[in-house]
Amino acid sequence: MYGKKVKLRFFFILLVFLTLSLSIFFILKSLEKNVVYFQSPSEIKILPEIEKKKIRVGGMVKKSSIFVKEQKVKFIITDFKNEINVTYSGVIPNLFSEGKGVVAEGFLKDKDFFEATKILAKHDENYMPPEVKKALEEK
Amino acid sequence: MFKYFEPNKIFSITSRAPKYVLLFFVITLSIGLTEALILSPEDYLQSHSVRIMYVHVPAAWISLGIFSTITLLSLIGYIFKIKNFFLISKSLAPSGLVFNIVALVTGSIWGKPTWGTWWVWDARVTSMLILCLFYAMYLISWRIYQNNEKVYRVTAIITILGIINVPIIKYSVDWWNTLHQPASINILSETSIHVSMIIPLIYMTAAFALFSLLIFLMKYNTELIKIKNKGLDRL
Repeated sequence: MYGKKVKLRFFFILLVFLTLSLSIFFILKSLEKNVVYFQSPSEIKILPEIEKKKIRVGGMVKKSSIFVKEQKVKFIITDFKNEINVTYSGVIPNLFSEGKGVVAEGFLKDKDFFEATKILAKHDENYMPPEVKKALEEK
Repeated sequence: MFKYFEPNKIFSITSRAPKYVLLFFVITLSIGLTEALILSPEDYLQSHSVRIMYVHVPAAWISLGIFSTITLLSLIGYIFKIKNFFLISKSLAPSGLVFNIVALVTGSIWGKPTWGTWWVWDARVTSMLILCLFYAMYLISWRIYQNNEKVYRVTAIITILGIINVPIIKYSVDWWNTLHQPASINILSETSIHVSMIIPLIYMTAAFALFSLLIFLMKYNTELIKIKNKGLDRL
């Protein structure tokens, strides 16, 4: 139906696409450690050794775990399986609060203790007016 | 049959279309902006900064949609040697690039009050930046190989390289830990945006799509005039 050249061009494009997707898949697979923006407390727990490099830990801020003392903030990041204690002094983003997502950048002291140099708030994909949120909470 | 198209016939339609598209665009944009800035409620968590979403999300959708369209057209055009498809792609690309930049810039403005940072190198944001570079590459290659047959091959290869990035952008938030939140609107599962916030989102998406169509028609008309000036009545 179609000419020989059309078929050849089709297979050329198909091969280019398959080769590239496969190579990019394997590149991303092997770089997974660098592609993830943060690690969860559970992933920190199973680290073979404590890294000296700057890393990011992310999860939820544990309910009623925030303590503010002078300039210092202490809180616990949890992924509901494992927890990690975080200390930080500096500017806190507006959306940082209990029960919300957080990503802390800094250094591990040991597997339960993290010294943050920067804190980023992570919010979820839910958007709703305040009244709806209230109604949901009352339920 | 596909190979030949008559610029004159197409031009008679596309040269009259822009004013109607402009009218629809202005109407949709005014409704969209009123909905987004005044009528829609504030968010329980982010309060008024949620309104940035009504520009950010449609812009990102449109830029991804345009890149996918360009790729599809370029590849079909390459396989079946249809030059017209390449001209359509070329005329679509600038608005795709503009909306990609809009998505990045509004994302940055949104990130500062919510996340606490202007920029992060997380998978979603970085892959969106890569798409922006692909758009730039695509447009620059049209400049370099202006009247050269090579341009069809080069742009087809660039789009096939770039299209691999598109599913990575879409699923980056599900595959890896990112600071960017996962998608709120899914075809298969329930959306996690309240109805009152979806309405402005739909209007703004329609407005941006109409704007892209408008710019596309203008660019495409220029291409058709160029062909006419060369004295070719068919490609």
